[in-house]
Amino acid sequence: MGAQLRVYKRRIRSVTATKKITKAMEMIAASRIVKAQRQVAASTPYASELTRAVTAVATGSNTKHALTTEVENPVRAAVLLVTSDRGLAGGYSSNAIKAADRLTERLRSEGKDVVTYIIGRKGVAYYGFRERPVVESWTGFTDSPTYADAKKVAGPLIEAVQLDTAEGGVDELHIVFTEFVSMMTQSPVEKRLLPLTLDKSEEDEEAAKGKILPLFDFEPSAEDVLDALLPRYVESRIYNALLQSAASEHAARRRAMKSATDNAGELIKSLSRLANAARQAEITQEISEIVGGSSALADANAGSD
Amino acid sequence: MAAELHVELVAADRSVWSGEATLVIARTTSGDIGVMPGHQPLLGVLESGPVTIKTAEGNVVAAVHGGFISFADDKLSLVAEVAELADEIDVQRAERALERAKSEADAAAERRADVRLRAVTGVH
Repeated sequence: MGAQLRVYKRRIRSVTATKKITKAMEMIAASRIVKAQRQVAASTPYASELTRAVTAVATGSNTKHALTTEVENPVRAAVLLVTSDRGLAGGYSSNAIKAADRLTERLRSEGKDVVTYIIGRKGVAYYGFRERPVVESWTGFTDSPTYADAKKVAGPLIEAVQLDTAEGGVDELHIVFTEFVSMMTQSPVEKRLLPLTLDKSEEDEEAAKGKILPLFDFEPSAEDVLDALLPRYVESRIYNALLQSAASEHAARRRAMKSATDNAGELIKSLSRLANAARQAEITQEISEIVGGSSALADANAGSD
Repeated sequence: MAAELHVELVAADRSVWSGEATLVIARTTSGDIGVMPGHQPLLGVLESGPVTIKTAEGNVVAAVHGGFISFADDKLSLVAEVAELADEIDVQRAERALERAKSEADAAAERRADVRLRAVTGVH
């Protein structure tokens, strides 16, 4: 076999192996999207019940709480960035990082100090390489986050918000994560978690209908209920963000792996064409060598006779 | 037919039970509370403990670890990070967990296991 042909054959073998791997990854990601979507759906009742309860307290009492009151001159804002632990997911992590950069830029232009919290090894690596300060980071659960993970993340954040700004606390908490729009579309979004801004639209509609919001009886007291309720609310929002990010990550990986598989198929096709051409060229050359050799032999024999 | 209220029992990662009930008994931080249809709107913090939901078909008991009870317009929601129905609880496992927690002096785990067992046995 000619050297050229051998090189082509080797490349085809290697691309075929790669294609098998990317195909497997594509299928694994596809099955995980469904699981992640189910988790998002399963966590929705909890989130909506909590939102209802928080709305009830916020509208049914005049209680002030550290997590709901707007600071007049916010000087420090925390940004929680959700990225993935593993790569090979197309632009998933870098899109989220870019969105966080834009948000950071905007907050800085508003005169706020920005402190960053990161979830996911990719974000940690990005910030580590650029030597940007990160207050706290969590890794190891972006594939399938549990509620305990969300609690672990929310704890220090809520603590930082409750702390006085002068003592290193923050006034605002933003979260950047990737929203799962559909199997094909996942878009990075930024949301302000704290201080809480409740959706006023529903309430306005109710007021328009002339409905009076029920006067709630708080057990033991409105302050205590808020104290217990708001951290749970933040946890559930972070949990929801983690779950959506996980679904987005799997969807992004599936798409990236699908195009990698397609590209590998294309590459194999063009390489086999080249290999076939090389083989044919080799055969042609051998034939012409044989023909040439035999006619030279024939000429020589004819001359001696 | 007696008046009924709609109950939603949800945990952080799933909806545990929902249906109509005539009475719900839960333990808040300031004592046990019973909610019947037509109760005043209520929002309370729950203690870890068994919650009893009386329905037309019988009682449903669930172990609820922390969380909230909220009631308005004859709709009652029990929201907890962790909630399990008594039928779902593995008694042997809970007993083992209780013993382990006792030997390790892990107060939180001991309380959780205790709540589970109480929900199963129906002892409040």
